[in-house]
Parts: sequence; C-alpha cells; structure tokens
Amino acid sequence: MPEPVQLTTFGVTEIEAQQALDRVKVRDVEYADLYFESRTSESVSMEEGIVKRAAKSVSQGVGVRATAGEKTGFAYSDELTKRDLEVAADTARYIANSPKGHSTVPVPTQGRPTRDLYPIERAKAEVATPERVALLNEIDAEARRYDPRIKNVMASFNTEYKVVVVATSEGTLVGDIQPLSRLQITCIAEDGDNRQVGSFGGGGRVAFAYYREDSRHLSYAREAAREAILNLSAVDAPAGVMPVVLAGGWPGILLHEAIGHGLEADFNRKKTSAFSSLIGKRVASDVCTIVDDGTLPFRRGSLNMDDEGTPTGCTTLIEKGILRGYITDKLNARLMGIPLTGNGRRENYQSVVLPRMTNTFMLAGESDPHDIVRSVKKGLYAVSFGGGQVDITNGKFVFSASEAYLIEDGQITKPVKGATLIGNGPEILTKVSMVGHDLKLDNGIGTCGKDGQSVPVGVGLPTIKVDEITVGGTQR
Amino acid sequence: MLQAQQKTEPTLTANGYAQLAADVLAQAKACGATEADIVVADGETFSVQVRVGTVDRLTKAREKRLGLRVFIGKRSATTSTSDFSRASLNQLVADTCTLAGAVVEDDVSGLPGADHMAAEQPDLDLYDDTVLDTDTQIDWAKRGEAAAFATDPRVTNSEGAEFDSSSGRVVLANSHGFVGSYKSSNFSLSVSPIATEPATGGMQRDAWYQVQRKFARLASAESIGQEAARRAIRRLGARKVATRRVPVVFDQETAGSLLANVCSAVSGYGLYKRASFLLDQLGQTIASNLMTIYDDGRMVGGLGSRPFDGEGLATRKNTIVERGVLKSYLLDTYSGKKLGLPSTGNASRSVGESPSVGPTNFYLVPGAKSQQEIIGSVKEGLFVTELIGFGINMVTGDYSRGACGFWIENGELAYPVEEITIAGNLKQMLKDIDVIGKDLVFRGRIASPTVKIAEMMVAGS
Repeated sequence: MPEPVQLTTFGVTEIEAQQALDRVKVRDVEYADLYFESRTSESVSMEEGIVKRAAKSVSQGVGVRATAGEKTGFAYSDELTKRDLEVAADTARYIANSPKGHSTVPVPTQGRPTRDLYPIERAKAEVATPERVALLNEIDAEARRYDPRIKNVMASFNTEYKVVVVATSEGTLVGDIQPLSRLQITCIAEDGDNRQVGSFGGGGRVAFAYYREDSRHLSYAREAAREAILNLSAVDAPAGVMPVVLAGGWPGILLHEAIGHGLEADFNRKKTSAFSSLIGKRVASDVCTIVDDGTLPFRRGSLNMDDEGTPTGCTTLIEKGILRGYITDKLNARLMGIPLTGNGRRENYQSVVLPRMTNTFMLAGESDPHDIVRSVKKGLYAVSFGGGQVDITNGKFVFSASEAYLIEDGQITKPVKGATLIGNGPEILTKVSMVGHDLKLDNGIGTCGKDGQSVPVGVGLPTIKVDEITVGGTQR
Repeated sequence: MLQAQQKTEPTLTANGYAQLAADVLAQAKACGATEADIVVADGETFSVQVRVGTVDRLTKAREKRLGLRVFIGKRSATTSTSDFSRASLNQLVADTCTLAGAVVEDDVSGLPGADHMAAEQPDLDLYDDTVLDTDTQIDWAKRGEAAAFATDPRVTNSEGAEFDSSSGRVVLANSHGFVGSYKSSNFSLSVSPIATEPATGGMQRDAWYQVQRKFARLASAESIGQEAARRAIRRLGARKVATRRVPVVFDQETAGSLLANVCSAVSGYGLYKRASFLLDQLGQTIASNLMTIYDDGRMVGGLGSRPFDGEGLATRKNTIVERGVLKSYLLDTYSGKKLGLPSTGNASRSVGESPSVGPTNFYLVPGAKSQQEIIGSVKEGLFVTELIGFGINMVTGDYSRGACGFWIENGELAYPVEEITIAGNLKQMLKDIDVIGKDLVFRGRIASPTVKIAEMMVAGS
C-alpha cells in the first residue's frame, strides 16, 4: 500500500481544510470537496538528429467544489493560503439558493488508497535529463539504421509526477502519487517525391527503466520507421461499406468512441446520449463483453483512486451483447441512484470532475485471428489508428486508420493509405461476428478529450471482425 | 456574503511584473545565461453553464503563470511555474540553466536580433473593462437556452448554454531590454440544443456561438439560441447516401477548418521538419487562382490580433496566398532561420513552452456569390456543415473525414445526411475550389466564406 500523502505537503493543515469545507457546505450544499494538486512535468524532444529542447513546468493549486442538486459551484486558486481557500469556498457555494444554515463538516481523517498499482520511487520515475537525452539519441540512430529512406526522426519523452489530496465534506482525506510517462516517435520517410509518415509510442505509470527493458525504446523506433516505409508503397484506400478486421490493441479506440463515451453517466442522466434508456437491451452481438478497468498495474489509464478519492474498479459495460451499466462519478451516481464506479476524473485542479473512462477493452473470444482474416473475401485489415471522435447524441463516431491493408480472398495484400471509418455506436457492435482469443492492450499512448479536458486512458481489443462499416477512402 | 462580481486589484501591476521580469532576467544572467526571455500572464475567468433553465456549473478563478527561456550559448531550455515566491523563482532559474546545459547545441537557436524588436505597441482595442456581475452572466446563458427551446417544440432537451468572460494581461521581456505588455478580454456565449424527431425518437444536437473582445458587440442571446435551434432541427431525419463522387460545398465553419489545414501546412515548423504537404512550394501555384489568403495581426479588435508576437517582434499583415500562388509561410525566428527566411511575426507562445508558429487573423478573401447562389449552382452534391475526426495527413495531404450536412438536388437542400465521409487530397482539393462565397465573418482567428470544391469522394452506403 502506498504511503499516505499528507495535506502538509501543500502547507495546509487538516483544520484549515475542514474550515474551508465548513464554509462551503451551507444548508443547500449536499457535497463539497477540496482537490489539492502539485504537478511537475518534464519533457525532452529531438529532431534532425539532435536533442534541441528541454522543458520543465511546475504547478500547484486547489480546486474547491460544491454540489447542490444538479448544480456544481467551482473555484480554483494557485495560492493556498487560508484567505485563498475562503474566497474559493465563497465562490463555490454561490450555487446554493441560500448561503445560510450549516451542517457541520467532520474534521477529515487521513486515509490512503487500499492498493498500489504503480509503486515507483520518485527517483526512478524522474531520471536526470542526460539519461533521457541518451535514450532519444539511441532512438534516432535505430530509426535511421532501419532504412536509409528515413529522413527525419522526431522523438519526445515526457514525464509527469502528480501528487494529489482530496478532502471531502464526508470526512475523508485521501491522497495519491501518480507518475506518468510516455515516449513518442514519428519518422518521415522519403523516396523521390513520395513522402510518408509513421508513428509509434508507449508508456504508462512506469519507471524510466521500463523504456530500456529488452531495448523497448529501440523496438518503438523500428515500429515508427516500419510504418513510414510501409506507407511509401500504400495504394489509395477503398470507399464504401465493407467488412473490416481490426487487429488487437490500439484499434480498441473503436470501443472508446463507439460506446465508451456514450456510457458516461452524465450524458445518460441528461438523456443526451444515443445510449440513454438502453440498459438491459442488446447493443452488441453475444460475442462482445466490454469492461472499463482502472485497476490494471502500471497502465496509463489506471488509478489507485479517482479524483474524488473513490477506489477505481472494473465495471462491466456490456456483457455478452447486453448493456449492463454506466460509468459514474459521485454527482451522477447520486442523482441517478446507481452504483459509484470510481470514474470521477479531472485534468487538473483547474477543471471540474466528470465521469471518464480508464482502460476500456473487450474480453477475448474464441476465434483464431488467422481464421478471422481468412473469412473475409474483400475488405480492410486495420492495424493502427490515429484519433477518433464521437457525436454522443446521434451516436455517429469516426476513427482514422494510419496503417491498414486490403484483404483479398482471405489474404492480407496491399497496404492502403489512411482512411476514416464511420459508424453508429449503438449498432456497430451488433455487427461484430468474430472475436479473437488474442486480447491485447494498447502500449500506453491514449489521451481522451472531453469538455476541453484531457486525461490519460487505455484501450484494448482482441482481433475482431466487423461485418460492415463505411470506409472513407477515395476509390470505388 | 460573496460579491462574485468583485474585481480585486492584482497583487502586482504591469509595472510590477516588468520589475519581476527584470529581476529574473538578471538572475538568469548571473547563472550563466547569455540570452533569456520571460513571459508573465495573468487573468480572471468566469464561466457559467445553464441546462434546462437552471445553473449546472459555475466556475470562477484567477490565474497567473510565468515562463522562462534561457540560452547558454546555442543551448536552450524552457520552464514555467505558477509560484512567484522568491525561493521558487530562484529554483526555477537554476533548474532552467541546468536543463539548458543538458541539451545539444543548436546552431540557429537564439533570440531575434535586438534591432528587430517591436518599436511601437499600438492599442488594437483588444480589451474591455466591463465588469459583469454573476447574475447578468447567468441571465445571458438562460436567455440563450430559453430562446432555443422557444424556437420549435422539437427542441426537447439541451446540452446547455454557456456564457464565459475572461480578461488577462501578457508581459513579455527579454535580455535585449525589450518589455512589452497588453491586455485583452473575451466574452462568449454558446448554445447547444437537442432536437427530437417525434416519429422515431431520433435525436440530433447542434450548437451556435459567438465570441467578442467587447461585451457591447455581442449579438443578442436570443439570436444565438434561435440559430442553434434552427441548426439542430434541420438535421432531424438525417440518412446515409450512396457512395459516389460529387461537388462539395463547405459552409463557413467547415471551410474555416480547410483554411486551418492550410495554416498548419504553411507553418515553418512543419516545413523545416519536412512534415508538410506544401514543402518547397513558395512562389508556386498551390490553389485555385480564386484564392487569396491573408494573415493580419493588426486587425483592430480582432480575435487573433496582438501588438507584438511571442518573441516581441511587431505583428503585421502578411499575404500568404495571392491568386493561388503561395507567397509566404508563417514563421518565427527559429523556423525562419531553418528555412533561410526572416520571421513573419507569427511566433506564438504558451507560457511554459518555447515559441512555435501560429496564425493571427488568418482568412480567405471573399468572392461575389451568396451561399444560396453557390448551392443553387449544384445539380447534385453535398453541403457540409460539420466535420468530425482527425483523418488528415499533413505530410501527404491525404484527407478523409466524417461529415454531416445536406444532400443537394437541383440546387436545393433536399434532405439532411450523416454517417458519411468525404475524402481526397488537400493538394488537389485546394486547386479544385471553383467558387468562393461573399459571406466572410470573423468568428475566430481563422475565418472563411463558403467555398465549393468541384468534386470529392463521398462514402456512405
């Protein structure tokens, strides 16, 4: 179990926190919390063969929140004096109908998360800059060695070390230390006038040594170079409806866009989601079981506790095709009268809590991945993707392939240029006819955006076959 | 009792920040920095979201942040902090110099020349000192949403209406002795209604918004709500269309996204990294001869205007494309040197980062036709009103995005369409623009009138 993170880290006493919560929690306020956050981010980046840039940023602050019915009052401050807490508390409680009346808030008792999913000493997460520089230099050399047509390598290594403490009007006080890092590589390949790009990356809540284990950083470099070189020979993508086989791992972005966002409780409480009122109904074929699991060790989307101090869990979203549940934060769980799943997340102390995904993936099925490809006469095999987006209300979602191949008579043939795939969330998983036994989680590169807030997430997928989806290429 | 509208004086005046900046620069020099610059930004933000008539979320805060960039010879590093205490700033300076020592020498790094710094800092009318009380701002959001509900009974739900106001100040100082500062403000309202089709229960969302530097320039909350409702309702009953090649008309919003793609492609950083589809095209025809694009940093009251750029160079009006010919890239000092060209005054600066390149007010010069005339000229085609996803490859120009809008039959909008993609290559798409509308309106830093592309691949059923 992790050591408890004390409020004194922020120069604030438990009494001061209790007084601020007391000030917020006037009669109409049902719940209030203080979110203290200190974050150190560092990055080094290279291009044109040299590590040119290094940056470091330090931020610290507190977010003060009050909820009353559906209303949220919120204020934040980058100063942590008693006076600043009072001003923020007064703003947060503005949403209450009356500033009068009190229910005394208990002095919070120090707790700690019940597990430690990322037990990393600070010194092992934050190595000295020269070690990071050396890592990037080796990546550049490896990518260029892969093929002389690799003309530029852009690589960056980012780390974040976040210390948080949440104090609530329920009397809980719990903190967590959340390290996070990511290595990202982009290669440009040129052959005459033909110029193409390839990318690869990975990371998680891991120590620096992770990137050097089995020369993982070099394998990332080769992957980015391979994709760029492959794209030099890519042909135009087809246009129209066809069967698509998605490879395991990062293509799980399909689940994130097609159903994940649509199952976030806020949209369903407001009945603005295409999934509103579909609980207990069939939204996928019976080979599909999908979970959101924040408890996987060292994963980018994992957390010991969410940003309201609730332990994260593993929530079944879809079980054998039937919609089972939503992912929730405290506000929405209370208003909807449904279980709290530990998915209340925020980008930083300057943002409000929203129900957000952690690691979202489909459980393995029974099909052999080779049989899945062999079952397709003419279609697309998509291995890697860029970003995706969804319109929650009408359910339409897109995600864009960055590495894909034609399938012709059951064989993977030519690589095709990137193309966007578009579908309808509540329908698309009913068209999944085969699920492979090869579940893979992504390498730790996902960042999810919602309401202007970015949080790290993970996705995962076994190889699957979608019988029909619209592929947005240029060729008939 | 709280006075949410109370505006307390900042603890430091602009002059105070100038002194703070001078102190930090002096200390950086003492730590071995040969050159340095510093950005200090502070501001206040207020935001209220109203949903179905009641306040959903109210946010208020003050923020401040300081960013430091040092050069030790040809090595450089950048840092930032929100803690302005003496001890924290001492640590920041020491950390920055250590970081700079750890990177590799970069021949072209450095501040712009001392004689290039902006000589004058004109008042571009970017700031409005109007102080709005909390209830007034809540009222704006409530009226915007209420107008959407009142427009049509099929508006049955809402993602809410949001009113935001913010004001702030930026101070930039460097070791050449340059000190610049300006204040700016923003007031905005957006309304996002949801319409339901009575027969099927199918839902559609859309939104409309406005942003202004000056509160008095905002159009009425009601007009925004009504337009938002009109946009949501017209999408009801949307269907797919069969895959085919047709002319595509982009409305102002989606044409603006095409212009944003051009803006990225002419940015110096993408070009010197060889990651742009407009590489080595200066002086060449890259677009239809109907197209002329300017980037104007000095537009009075403009949402992208600023008196000096992120390195302290004077902003100006640059001709980017003239009758289809690429005339200029967007450059800061660094990317300019990499390409052997002077800066265009387009350095953009986030407090904690080294400069990059960004547009100021980047726009396509309008043509003569109305949107209705343009649609009227199409026998069969697509009118695009929303694009989603990230299917743009800036290296190759390959383009494939999710779209919705309306099917055009015999010059009329026949029915709404969705769950389709449009695809092509930006290099060809820019050349295939064959009509430009007269309806240019600045609603952001990048603005375009309606445009028509002769033909693209639409993928649907």
